[in-house]
Amino acid sequence: MAIESDVLVVGGGLAGLTGALSAAREGADVRLVSYKQSTLRQASGLVDVLGYTPEGDGPLTDPFATIPSLPDRHPYRTVGVETVREALSLFDDAVPTYEGDHTDANALVPTHGGTVKPTARYPAGASAGLASDDRDTLLVGVEEMVDFDAPHVAAHLDAAGVPFDVRGETIRFPGDLRADAKVTRYAKLLDTDGEVAVRGRKVPARDALAQRVNPLLESEARVGFPAILGDDEHAAVRAALEEKLGVDVFEVPMGPPSLPGLRLEDALFDALDDAGVSIETGNPVVDFDGEDRVERVFVEKNGARIPNSADQYVLATGGFVGKGIESDREGVSEPIFDCHVPHAEDRYDWFETELFGDHAFARYGVATDDDLRPLDASERPEFDNLRAAGSVLGGYDFAAEKSGSGVSIATGYAAGQRAAQEAR
Amino acid sequence: MSDAESPDTDFDPVASNTGEDFEPVDVFPDSDDFDLRPGADSCYKCATCDTNCPVAEVDDDFPGPKFQGPEQWRLKQTDDDHTVDDSVMDCSNCMRCDNACPSGVPLSQMHNTARGEYVSEQMDTLSVEYVRNRILANYRTSAFFASKVPRLANFAMNFGPARWVMEKTLGVTSERDFPEFARQTFREWWAERGGQATSRENAKEARERRGLPEDADKKVAYFHGCYSNYNTTEVGKAMVRLYEEFGYEVVAPEQKCSGTPMFANGMLDDARRHAEVNVSSMSDLVERGYDAIASCTSCSMALRQEYPELFDIDGIEDVAANTFEAVEYLRIHEDLREEVREAEVDGDLAEEFAYHAPCHSRNQGLDRQAVELFRDLDGVDVEDVGDSCSGISGTYGWKEEKYEKSMQIGAEMFEHMEDADGETGMTECPTCAMQMEHGSGYEIRHPLELLEAALVE
Repeated sequence: MAIESDVLVVGGGLAGLTGALSAAREGADVRLVSYKQSTLRQASGLVDVLGYTPEGDGPLTDPFATIPSLPDRHPYRTVGVETVREALSLFDDAVPTYEGDHTDANALVPTHGGTVKPTARYPAGASAGLASDDRDTLLVGVEEMVDFDAPHVAAHLDAAGVPFDVRGETIRFPGDLRADAKVTRYAKLLDTDGEVAVRGRKVPARDALAQRVNPLLESEARVGFPAILGDDEHAAVRAALEEKLGVDVFEVPMGPPSLPGLRLEDALFDALDDAGVSIETGNPVVDFDGEDRVERVFVEKNGARIPNSADQYVLATGGFVGKGIESDREGVSEPIFDCHVPHAEDRYDWFETELFGDHAFARYGVATDDDLRPLDASERPEFDNLRAAGSVLGGYDFAAEKSGSGVSIATGYAAGQRAAQEAR
Repeated sequence: MSDAESPDTDFDPVASNTGEDFEPVDVFPDSDDFDLRPGADSCYKCATCDTNCPVAEVDDDFPGPKFQGPEQWRLKQTDDDHTVDDSVMDCSNCMRCDNACPSGVPLSQMHNTARGEYVSEQMDTLSVEYVRNRILANYRTSAFFASKVPRLANFAMNFGPARWVMEKTLGVTSERDFPEFARQTFREWWAERGGQATSRENAKEARERRGLPEDADKKVAYFHGCYSNYNTTEVGKAMVRLYEEFGYEVVAPEQKCSGTPMFANGMLDDARRHAEVNVSSMSDLVERGYDAIASCTSCSMALRQEYPELFDIDGIEDVAANTFEAVEYLRIHEDLREEVREAEVDGDLAEEFAYHAPCHSRNQGLDRQAVELFRDLDGVDVEDVGDSCSGISGTYGWKEEKYEKSMQIGAEMFEHMEDADGETGMTECPTCAMQMEHGSGYEIRHPLELLEAALVE
């Protein structure tokens, strides 16, 4: 026997989650297996579609208008611009706390580095902070959190030419949290509105935080904090601070580990749960059986190999960082199904010498047919019933283009939908 | 400068250029310890583990798993004078960090070895804390004696003045009620029932009923653990009846504590002594074609993951690879989903359950198993109360100085239990069950009991 389903999705990032959701909504019995918890904990929580062209032009105002002119091998060209739109509709429906679906235009969201990122969807908590909004802004950093230096971020934004005055102030977070307190510690304290000691008195954390910020406010209409304002109760925390401060409050997305990423993970897993998807994390898929079709895959648990079989499979294991694509001195490979990964023979051709150069490796990944099935070296599908989605795909450089989330959502959606249709 | 830019040097890494005077430096001197360096090197500091740590969320003195694991491991290797930071004793050993790490760093293995080193080399064995931890870690010993006089034990262990003394002298919180000891242990029941011979008969009958070959190779060795033996014997009985119903012959081999509470308290010598007995009896059976089945997710976790990570005992890898959690095994080898779909529950267990997934079920990929399996079962409703830790973590929540934090960690779960429709709880882990009961007053059942009610005549 094996653990069975119609569609088996391998990988728990944005592509895998979207793939599982779209297959389930198509009516399939879906199972998702992921080596570890979702990598969304490491994502900013912003959902970009396309910020720059592969040639580096941008920021783009309308990503959808640019998609038809992308190179043929780009995953957006494989699925087509209409599929990108449908996929985003699925995302909007599954994650109603996100904004940006009222327009095709990119929003400009300030980051914790003081840059402005073009992005298609953003959490409601970032909404009051958009750089296209010309209201003056106060950024408040926390002394103990060295990865958000508010005066520095403000100076950067100013230099970037944002259409408003921006100022940064640093406070000590109320309560004696340790210097390297985790983002989840701040979030928990604000979620529960736990009491903290301020000059010998016990004060609820939200009040205490507002009391620290109030004297710093001048004429600004909005205040931005690093993204630590609560986890499960983030909307309530933000609303409470807005009430106490009398201005709009927003969060600036941070690097990993990221609360907006964590909240997005929760929202998507809830959507999968509602759609009846089975989910298992904690152990890797290491091998498979099959020739022209994948018959079953094996999940490895401390030496035991647990067979999981399905009619259709979606490979969404990530790129180099997610270990869905691996390389050594001999070559570049896809470790589970050994799908062909086109790459230069000489490894000195994989990269440029400049750090931020136009590296070839950034576009390495499996090549597919129009149905997202990975192709072998002679351009035939590796397997009838295996489709790939997300950054395991080649042909695009998500870091340079700012297209990582959009490609994951669009190809995940398409792969999941096709898999479910085939499984009938 | 990258190596790509200097292809013209004389350096040829294929030929040795070290000369004859070269003396290799042994960076890490001979040692029997597991080499955790590749694990430490894999950490790229993303701190995802820290966001999974239930203790770091409430305890301002706890530096979190990234420090306890790879960072402290490196400090220990490079600095002879480095002593293990005493905060390692504040880790509750929930092992959630393992499931978080995108890079496969063996965090809990690092914590367990550091804690073992701290306890054996830095802790005063005459201290109250050591004595208290040793008593808590060796629950099996206390339970063994208590089970001889269950009525007296049930009275004495929850006798107010005695508990006050225990808190003041030993630091065992008086806030909690001790679990009740069964009048008849699981093993006493098993022996009275006729042991393996009876099970073989029952399995044979079931195979006939199901139209399976009489000699079908269906046999399992049950690792019941301490709690199913001394306290919740109905879980052990449900396991036996359920497996027999599917045509499995069950044996209940000699066994001791899985070691879980000992790992959490750094008592690795105690844990090894028990592990040697368990591995020896289980590996004999595994060689003869039995698989090892546990009903407690911490026991299965210990046999599968902690044993091979911490001990080098003959047969330990085979035991790890052939150990399964009880419901998981049936999901793999039987069409459990279909059988559950066709079944219906009425009577006592036709309830709405508030289900909590134990932390130790997570690395095994079992945290959603019960909810997903029972969503197709008529007559019951099983609702997940969220992915937070229950907060008790075995012995952690029994310590007087940890009790408040344990309840703070559990607050989220209590709240969700309160919000859930049902007023009966469900979990696989005995100590999570204690915490659920303590925080909600609900009676707590095990998924095996529900499966028995659904599938066994």
